Amino acid sequence: MASHAMLLATPPLAVLLTVLSGAVLFAALGFDPIAALTAYFITPLTTTYGLGELAVKATPLAMIGIGLALGFRGNVWNIGAEGQLTLGAICAGGIALAFYGDEGPWLLPLMMVGGAAGGLAWGAVPAFLRTRFNANEILTSLMLSYVATLLLSYLVTGPWKDPDGFNFPESRLFDDQALLPIILEGTRMHLGAPLALLAVVAGWVIVARTFIGFQIKVVGLTPIAAGYAGFSQARIIWFTLLLSGGLAGLAGAIEVAGPIGQLQPSISPGYGFTAIIVAFLGRLHPVGVLLAALLMALSYLGGEQAQIELGLPLAVTGVFQGMLLFFLLASDFLVHYRLRRLAPAAA
Amino acid sequence: MSGGSTDTAPRLALRGMVKRYPGVLANDHVDLTLEAGEIHALLGENGAGKSTLVQIVYGVVKADGGSIRWNGAPVNVDGPSHARALGIGMVFQHFSLFETLTVVENVALGLETGAGDMAALAARIADVSKRYGLTLDPQARVFDLSVGERQRVEIVRCLLQDPSLIIMDEPTSVLTPQEADQLFETLRRLASEGRTILYISHKLDEIRRLCSRATILRAGQVVATCDPSVETAQSLAGLMIGVEVGPTRRGASVAGGGAELVRVEGLSMQAANPLGTPLHDVRLSVKKGEILGIAGVAGNGQNTLLSALSGEMLSPRADAVVFEGQPIGLEGARARRERGINFVPEDRLGHGAVADLSLSDNALLSGWGRWSLVRRGLVSFKKSREKAAHVVDKFSVAASGPDAVARSLSGGNLQKFIIGREILQAPRLLIAAHPTWGVDAGAAAAIHQALIALAEGGAGVIIVSQDLDELFTLSDRVAVICAGRLSESRPAHEVTAEDVGLMMGGLFDAAIAKGGSAPAETGDTLHGQ
Repeated sequence: MASHAMLLATPPLAVLLTVLSGAVLFAALGFDPIAALTAYFITPLTTTYGLGELAVKATPLAMIGIGLALGFRGNVWNIGAEGQLTLGAICAGGIALAFYGDEGPWLLPLMMVGGAAGGLAWGAVPAFLRTRFNANEILTSLMLSYVATLLLSYLVTGPWKDPDGFNFPESRLFDDQALLPIILEGTRMHLGAPLALLAVVAGWVIVARTFIGFQIKVVGLTPIAAGYAGFSQARIIWFTLLLSGGLAGLAGAIEVAGPIGQLQPSISPGYGFTAIIVAFLGRLHPVGVLLAALLMALSYLGGEQAQIELGLPLAVTGVFQGMLLFFLLASDFLVHYRLRRLAPAAA
Repeated sequence: MSGGSTDTAPRLALRGMVKRYPGVLANDHVDLTLEAGEIHALLGENGAGKSTLVQIVYGVVKADGGSIRWNGAPVNVDGPSHARALGIGMVFQHFSLFETLTVVENVALGLETGAGDMAALAARIADVSKRYGLTLDPQARVFDLSVGERQRVEIVRCLLQDPSLIIMDEPTSVLTPQEADQLFETLRRLASEGRTILYISHKLDEIRRLCSRATILRAGQVVATCDPSVETAQSLAGLMIGVEVGPTRRGASVAGGGAELVRVEGLSMQAANPLGTPLHDVRLSVKKGEILGIAGVAGNGQNTLLSALSGEMLSPRADAVVFEGQPIGLEGARARRERGINFVPEDRLGHGAVADLSLSDNALLSGWGRWSLVRRGLVSFKKSREKAAHVVDKFSVAASGPDAVARSLSGGNLQKFIIGREILQAPRLLIAAHPTWGVDAGAAAAIHQALIALAEGGAGVIIVSQDLDELFTLSDRVAVICAGRLSESRPAHEVTAEDVGLMMGGLFDAAIAKGGSAPAETGDTLHGQ
C-alpha cells in the first residue's frame, strides 16, 4: 500500500524529472541547457504581462481540470472536454453574434450561461450513451470532440463567417459588451480568472463537504460498496459528466469572450486535453488542480518563449507536457508496485 | 521425503519466535514443536498471533527473533518457495484458483518447476487423489466444482510437492459436515504416512476429534499445550480467551405471535454474473421478533438471494418481496434502507465497507439516511465520527478510532464494526451473511447477544451462514438453500444438524423423510468462528 506522503510527493518528483530530461533534451539539441530552461520556465514569469498571461492560460485549465477531477474520482472518464469547450465557445459566440449591435450588460452573463449549457449538452450525450447502452464514455466523449471541432469549422467558414472578413474563416469581432473586462491593467488577465478560482473553491466544497462528493468517491473506489449503500452509479455518471461538460463549456465561453474575442476555427491549444494532465498532476484534488493548472499554463508560455528566444518549434510544449504526464504515471506506478529481478526459470 | 526423518529430532521446532508490528507484539517468544506424523492444532482468537506464526514458518514473514529447526537442523526460511523446497506445504483458507481453467491447468500453474507434460500431470493428480480419497476429475473446470472440491484441488496441488509438513488454515470453514468428515479421513491418512499436519481452526469440536496435540496462543504468547481429546470445548475455550464462556443459546420459546414482517413469494431470478447460481421459486417468510437461519454451502445461490433481499438486484416482480405489507421487489437498496432494512454482506472489504476510507466515512456509507448524517446535501462529518466512535466502543472494535482506515482493521474487527454499524441503526429487518465470520469467540458471543436482543425488540433477522452451530444457536427456524432452491423452513428445535447437513448436500427429501425427531445437538459447542 502506497503511503499518502509518497502519493503527494510524486507530482513534484515528476516535475523535477521533466526538468532534468528537458535539460538533457536541450543539450542534445545544441543549446545551453541552463539558458534554455531559464527561457522556458523563468523568463515568462519575470514581467507583469507574463504573469497575466499565466492567469489567462491557467483559467481554462483550472476550470476544466476541476470538473474532470471530480469525474475521475468517480471513475467517470470524460476525455472529451475539448469538445465540450468547443461547444461552449460556439454557443457563447453564437449568442454574441445573434445580438450583435443590440447588446446590453445582460449579454455577457447570457453568453456564459449559454456556453455552460452548450458544454453540458455535449457532456450529456456520453452520459446518456453510458447509462442507457453502457457505451464507454472514453470513446464517445473523445469522438464527440471531433464532431464539435468540425461543427465550429463549418460555422466559421459558412454561416457565421465575418461578412467584412476578406473570406477569412473567422466570425466578426464581438462587441465590447460581449467581452470580459480586463482586471489587471497592462495584461490580458480578465474576469475569467476569478471565475476559475470560484470553480476551484466550489470543487473543494463538493469534494470535502457534500454528500454527492462522498458518493462520487465511493463509486470510484468501490462500486459494489456504493451499490450496497444505495448510491446510484447512473446518477454519479450524469452528475459528473454534466458538471465537467458545463465547466468546460463555460471555459470555452470565457475563451471566446476573453482573449480571443471572436470565433475562429481553433479556439483552444488543446486545453481540454491538457486539463486531463492537470487533473492527474493535481491528484484529483481542487487545490492540486489549481497548482497544476498554473504549471501547465507555464508550459504553454515557456513553449512560446522558447520559440521566440531559441527558435525551437512550438512542439516543445507538447514534449514537455507529454514528459510530465509520462513521469507522473511512471512514478505513480513505481510507488504502487515494486520491480523485482526474477531468477532465470529453472529448466 | 515423507516419513524420511526417523531420528529423534522433531520435524519442526520453533524456539522463542518474536515478531513485532507497530504497536503490537504479534508473537512473544513462541515455542512450537511438531513431531512427525501428528496432527497438531494451533488454536487462538483473532489476533492471537496464529497467522503471524504460520507466515513465519512458511517464509512469508521474517521473524524478529527466535530460531527454527527443521528435522533438527537450523534453517532460515527465505520465502514460500524455500519453504516448499524444504517440504513445507500450505493450504490457504481462501483459494487461489482460476475458475475458467481445468483442475490440471490450475495445478500446473502452481508448480514451481514448470508443469511439463499435461497428460502426465493429470495422471499424477489422478494418482494422488485416489491414494488419499480426494475424488477429483483432473479435466473438470473449476467453476463447476463445489467448494469442497476446490479445496481438494488445493490439497492435491500441495501434495504433489510431497510435503512432510502441511499447514491447513481453517480448512473446514467452507465445508459441509460430510465434506469435513471426508477431509478428516484424508488428513488422518496423511498423518499415518508420517507427515505432520498443523491445523489452524477456531472450531473446538473439530480439534477435539482430529488433533492429538494443541498449542494455544493468546495475545501472542503460548498459554498451553495440551491434548485436546481429553479437554472439553469449554475448557479449551477458556484457555483460548482467558475466561470461561458459557454458550449463548436461544430458548426454544418462539415468539410465535408476531405479525409477518417480510415475505418472499415465488422468486426466480438470474444471478448477477454468468457463473453465479440463479434462484428457483424461492419462498420464505419472517415474523417480527423472529430469527430465520438459512444454511447452505457457499455458491448455492446465497449471493443472489442476499442481493434480491437487500435491493442491490431488483426482483422480476414487485410482489416477489413484500415488506410490512408493501411490495418492494422493484425498490432499490436506498429505498429499502429507508424502510428500515439493514444488511451485512458476506464480503467485508469491498462490499460492506470501502477499504481506503476511514471508519467514520464507512459509518456514513450505510448510516447516512437513518442517522441523518446529511443535511441539505452537506455531510456532517462530526456526527458520522461520533457514530463510528460509538460503534467502535459498543462492539469493542480494535481500532485506533473513527479515523482508522477500514483496510487497517483485521477481518474480525471489521466484521464487528459492520455488524455493529447495522445493528445500531435499529433496523426493522436485519439480513446478515455470516455474522461472525472470522470473529473470535468472545466477540462472536457479543454479536449473537446483539442479534438476539434485536429480535427480542421486535425486529426480524435473517441469517445466512454455513456455520451450523451458529444457526442453531440463534435461529427460531432454519431453512437450507441448495442449487438456488430454498427448503421449507422448520423450527430449529425440530431439526438436527445431520438433517441440515444432508439438505446442504441437496438431499432435501431424504432429510425430510428422515424427519426431525431428535433435538438439535448444539449444547456444548462454542461458536468460535
